[in-house]
Amino acid sequence: MDILNALVAFLNFVFIPGVAYGAQLALGALGATLIYSILRFSNFAHGDTMAIGTVFVILLTWGMQGAGVSFGPLPTALLALPFGIALTAMLLLATDRVVYRYYRRVKAAPVILVMASLGVMFILNGVTRFIIGTSDISFTDGERFILTAGDFRTWSGLAEGLAIRTTQGVTLVVAIIAVAALFWFLQKTRTGKSMRAFSDNEDLALLSGINPDRVVAVTWIVAAALATTAGTLYGLDKGFSPFTYFQLLLPIFAAAIVGGLGSPIGAIAGGFVIAFSEVMVTYAWKKVVTYLVPEEMAPSGLLQLMSTDYKFAVSFVILIIVLLVMPTGLFKGKSI
Amino acid sequence: MSKIMAEPFLIGEAMTGGYGGADILHACTIAVDPGQIAVIVGPNGAGKSTAMKAVFGMLTLRAGSVRLKGEDITALTPQARVAKGMAFVPQTSNIFTSMTVEENLEMGAFLRRDDIRATMEQVYTLFPILRDKRHQAAGELSGGQRQQVAVGRALMTQPSVLMLDEPTAGVSPIVMDELFDRIIEVARTGISILMVEQNARQALEIADKGYVLVQGANRFTDTGQALLADPDVRKSFLGG
Amino acid sequence: MSGAQMTSQATSTGPGRGLLLAAFVAALFIATGLFQSWTLALLIVNMALISSIMALGVNIQWGYAGLFSVGTMGFVALGGLSVVLISSAPAPGGWAAGGAGIVLGLAMGAATIAAAVMAASKMGPGRRRTVVVAAILIIGFFLFRAVFDPAVQAVEANNPATDGNLGGLGLPVLLAWPVGGLLAAAAAWAIGKAALGLRSDYLAIATLGIAEIILAVLKNEDWMARGVKNVISLPRPVPYEVDLQRSQGFVDWALSWGFDPVTASSIVVRLMYTGLFAVVLLALIALSQAALHSPWGRMMRAIRDNEVSAEAMGKDVTRRHLQVFILGSAVIGIAGAMMTTLDGQLTPGSYSPLRFTFLVWVMVIVGGSGNNWGSVLGGFLIWWLWVMVEPIGNWLMVVITSGMADGWLKAHLINSAAHMRLLTMGVILLLVLRFAPKGLLPER
Repeated sequence: MDILNALVAFLNFVFIPGVAYGAQLALGALGATLIYSILRFSNFAHGDTMAIGTVFVILLTWGMQGAGVSFGPLPTALLALPFGIALTAMLLLATDRVVYRYYRRVKAAPVILVMASLGVMFILNGVTRFIIGTSDISFTDGERFILTAGDFRTWSGLAEGLAIRTTQGVTLVVAIIAVAALFWFLQKTRTGKSMRAFSDNEDLALLSGINPDRVVAVTWIVAAALATTAGTLYGLDKGFSPFTYFQLLLPIFAAAIVGGLGSPIGAIAGGFVIAFSEVMVTYAWKKVVTYLVPEEMAPSGLLQLMSTDYKFAVSFVILIIVLLVMPTGLFKGKSI
Repeated sequence: MSKIMAEPFLIGEAMTGGYGGADILHACTIAVDPGQIAVIVGPNGAGKSTAMKAVFGMLTLRAGSVRLKGEDITALTPQARVAKGMAFVPQTSNIFTSMTVEENLEMGAFLRRDDIRATMEQVYTLFPILRDKRHQAAGELSGGQRQQVAVGRALMTQPSVLMLDEPTAGVSPIVMDELFDRIIEVARTGISILMVEQNARQALEIADKGYVLVQGANRFTDTGQALLADPDVRKSFLGG
Repeated sequence: MSGAQMTSQATSTGPGRGLLLAAFVAALFIATGLFQSWTLALLIVNMALISSIMALGVNIQWGYAGLFSVGTMGFVALGGLSVVLISSAPAPGGWAAGGAGIVLGLAMGAATIAAAVMAASKMGPGRRRTVVVAAILIIGFFLFRAVFDPAVQAVEANNPATDGNLGGLGLPVLLAWPVGGLLAAAAAWAIGKAALGLRSDYLAIATLGIAEIILAVLKNEDWMARGVKNVISLPRPVPYEVDLQRSQGFVDWALSWGFDPVTASSIVVRLMYTGLFAVVLLALIALSQAALHSPWGRMMRAIRDNEVSAEAMGKDVTRRHLQVFILGSAVIGIAGAMMTTLDGQLTPGSYSPLRFTFLVWVMVIVGGSGNNWGSVLGGFLIWWLWVMVEPIGNWLMVVITSGMADGWLKAHLINSAAHMRLLTMGVILLLVLRFAPKGLLPER
């Protein structure tokens, strides 16, 4: 029985990856939930918005690297991020002007807006491939590890190593800053409050003199910031490929729905629920269990509940369970 | 009523129209003066709420006009009328349920860029219970308290006209009396009140002016007391 | 052209409009035959027929009933699976190695789910029910894995280079088409039970997820259809080109008409597929039209147009939705089986939601949701475009960049032309949604 080594193995293979992935999903789900609660449709183009935002960041990063700009031990992409957000925001505002605004004017049913978002999804996906191709791209630089497994072993004398990659640390810190900024914005600023009011009761918001066009524009800008940040962090951590981002749509919406579609806190909680479930169900527990049980009882199999190829199934099953048990999600979401 | 009387502060005159389709209002006239309470009563489907919404610009009029302080505002959107000093409390969905009481009041004052604290203080003085609950989500309050939030939100624009669509719908008689008392208080500060009410008798008691509508047209128009005393009105609309 | 003009154009319909559009699409295919090759034109026609059937299935779900299901890819894949299960040769070695274990494992899995569902419906809500259901599922899962895993390993170890699976039943491949429909219908029943009745956004996400899961199963459960190792050379319902070329009678016939026997053989084979597919499409259209104009179809549309009032009138909306969801999915499953038959192989790695779900949706919306013939028109038009956009894009890029100096940008632009497809489809979808929301052939 070796609790310490078991704990370290758990932290190293389950907890830290889960936290990083959860933070990335939470940021993605926040964007989707925000668009849902204010613009009142499920934006199927959100995954591809993350992709194209990340493409902007990658291009800017390459430009900065070419010009010799560096962020020391941190990834250069963080320096490029604000500019990537600005470009993505402009793109989304243009999309709204060309595509979505018309449907708001004619008060189209939400499902028509979802269809329109399918069209936008196709276009963004095509543009992403057009600009950067379909191959996997790694764009992280700087120091690779905050803590290497070897250093940890030397320091602790344990057999198990604990490694924290820079991208994992960066993900957590940036996500915390982004979420804190978002909540401050929504709770404390006049514009943020007006967005919440608009989401809560559109007619009354109009009666109170809240300008809907402004609320919509700010929503797209905030969504661009969240999507680009989420996409960049995911790309730094796991590499960029256009198709993966499209597939992120599923866990992101699962997170948003599990948390309660329309609830920002719910989106964060949902992101971590989905991320940890995925990691824990697809992790081979053999190592951890071997430390915990007497030697003669050591497991022979991998003790993996499901192969990693079924990680979508995990988000999906949780989604269905939550919908059947708590139709409005963990935190009461809004239903229109 | 004599023709010599000055133009009322707010008047919807000879309003005809509906929500597309057939007309609901037929040359209906509603008016109110500063500090007065005007009440619209009538049987179900008489077009009471429609008349009020017409005054507020929520439906397009085919004929007639709406004037505020002598200015023709018929073509203005509801939002523009809010900017002109009109405030409207819808019958349902009249608060931001997920926001705190204080945030509801702040949103009411969204158009104002000056210091709103004095107005908020006035609202809290008028509805003391709201001060105690100001950090609570408005959706968690009782029916009567929610109506107070709704009225408070509308007062935050410092309106010259406050329009209430059935403010006492679904609240207990005690709460209703309390709400009416508050509405009288509001009127005393010089604000014109235009109100649609289902509880005709109680509403007419506090009304300076009453409008009895039937099928979208004016049937009786007089002071509240006079209408209460009118045997025809009593028989047909007040249950004897 | 201004928006108002196009909208008014879209609303003025008549039989002439449909014929005109059909003639236009036919002209596209004839032009492809004349200027490129007839084999290519027929290849596109065959996939267009299959796409039309998929679009028909989506139209049944969306156009008839307003169900926003984006799980099309999953049903297409299930249809493909049925071709392997029905028509490929059995693998006796695989069955001997672990066939019994797999069957027993699957039966136990099904029993576990059935027991959990039964417990959930029999017991009153409460903590006890949650615990019991969870216990059944967890214990059942581990028992299932204990039986299933070794059997799978044994099967997959059997001759992995060519088999590694249980193989199929070795039955005629045409039988796989209805079976594909049944397989898809069964999956749709299970999904519908869980997800119908949810709000439309939730149904969309749920079906999107199901499709990914079905694909993941196909990719990873090698014992079934060899996963990403693919099952190739599936039997055909039509003769092979080489056999025709070897047949003296065919060669003489081709030469007597002045055809090159090699080209003639491939054209004849493709025409045979065209005939088969056209028969299926016409039969399904006939059935769909009959259903649409039956009292059932009218009720379906009544529910779609006003769910609340239909429910108030005592219609069991969820049950009707389940019916229509299953029917539409079955049609998509048939199309999926036909596609795998045409390809002669099952390649789970090649399925993507953009191609098999959202492209089919574009077909339905462009064609005109609610109109069966619109789905066919959309299927032909959009499939032709999907195939042709790439060469057209290439040509465009070559023209655009012809004035440029050779270099990085020019090479990048020419290489990127391949990605014009998605872009074009997105633009077409948005233009149709905006300017002709009822599609080219609006519902009558």
